[in-house]
Amino acid sequence: MTPPQDPLQDGKPDDADPRFQAEITARRERRSPVPPARPETGAGTGAPTGPGGGPDRLYILTGEDTERAPIDLVTLIVAKGDPSPTAQPEHSTLLRLCRTPLSAAELSAYMALPYSVVTVLLTELLAADLVHARAPVVRSALPDRSLLEAVMHGLQKL
Amino acid sequence: MDFKSSDTLTSGTVTGPREQDVLPATAAAAVKIVIVGGFGVGKTTMVGSVSEIRPLTTEETMTQAGIGVDDDYGSETKTATTVAMDFGRISVSDELVLYLFGTPGQERFWFLWNGLFEGALGAVVLIDTRRLEVSFDVIGRLEERGVPFIIAVNDFPDAPRHPVHALRTALDLDERVPIVSCDARQRVSSRDTLMTLMRYLHSLALARA
Repeated sequence: MTPPQDPLQDGKPDDADPRFQAEITARRERRSPVPPARPETGAGTGAPTGPGGGPDRLYILTGEDTERAPIDLVTLIVAKGDPSPTAQPEHSTLLRLCRTPLSAAELSAYMALPYSVVTVLLTELLAADLVHARAPVVRSALPDRSLLEAVMHGLQKL
Repeated sequence: MDFKSSDTLTSGTVTGPREQDVLPATAAAAVKIVIVGGFGVGKTTMVGSVSEIRPLTTEETMTQAGIGVDDDYGSETKTATTVAMDFGRISVSDELVLYLFGTPGQERFWFLWNGLFEGALGAVVLIDTRRLEVSFDVIGRLEERGVPFIIAVNDFPDAPRHPVHALRTALDLDERVPIVSCDARQRVSSRDTLMTLMRYLHSLALARA
């Protein structure tokens, strides 16, 4: 019998491979989905995003009560213009970095600042109308096959 | 001495993306996939093997005294922990960007990244058959959150190999959840793993339509 190229692909054990002699002793138990609207403990863990309601953890942390900015790790940020000479250095740096689109996660990485700090700064820039936020495409309740197909098409080109 | 909060923020010290890493101005939307698994299972390796940019790291700090509780500032019991998350990027088209986040399996840190799993297309659970049990909690959390996922077995040379049905039983997975093997170091293998996830998501979308 010819051993399959990849035993995991067809599920047949490969007797010739001594690694198959090992038995699995660990065992997990399946869990059911919990309603997303369940009350969260801690600082708004996994807060659901309802219509127009972005994640609100930031404001729990900072106590700010300004307009909510639904910033996600992959929200693309683009500067609307150059920083003014009187801008805070943090703001100037952010505006300089996002002359071309950059995600909030990338801004955090390039600035070597905690992600939560960057989201606070971005919220301020959004409030001052100095940056655009291109909202992430979210996994909606309704399937968006064309989006999935676009990603698949892009991966195939790799 | 003044407390300087901006030490790392002076414009001169911050370097942005390399010229070849700049996204086109047409980039209008982004999606994300989360690669999750235990320490040392190869998450960053997988991110790095398919990313068009050198993987970046975003960090978050937390204090063990609790989040959002600042009134015991300065108390000796409070210690800061830094949790890092590596990520990469694939430009799917001129308009659409895919981000890949590799995040530790310890679910207690996930909340640090606002909505890491909210809105994610899906997740790849990367496992090492030598330490299968470290993935149990991760898989359970994804099931609870309703995040669709696939299992990718990172094929370490000395790791035991199990037939897929034995893995499925041990992991107590639904028949539909794909289980594949991969070599996270290989670009094509990592790409194929992501494709498996995408095809699975596509089949779920078709089933729901």
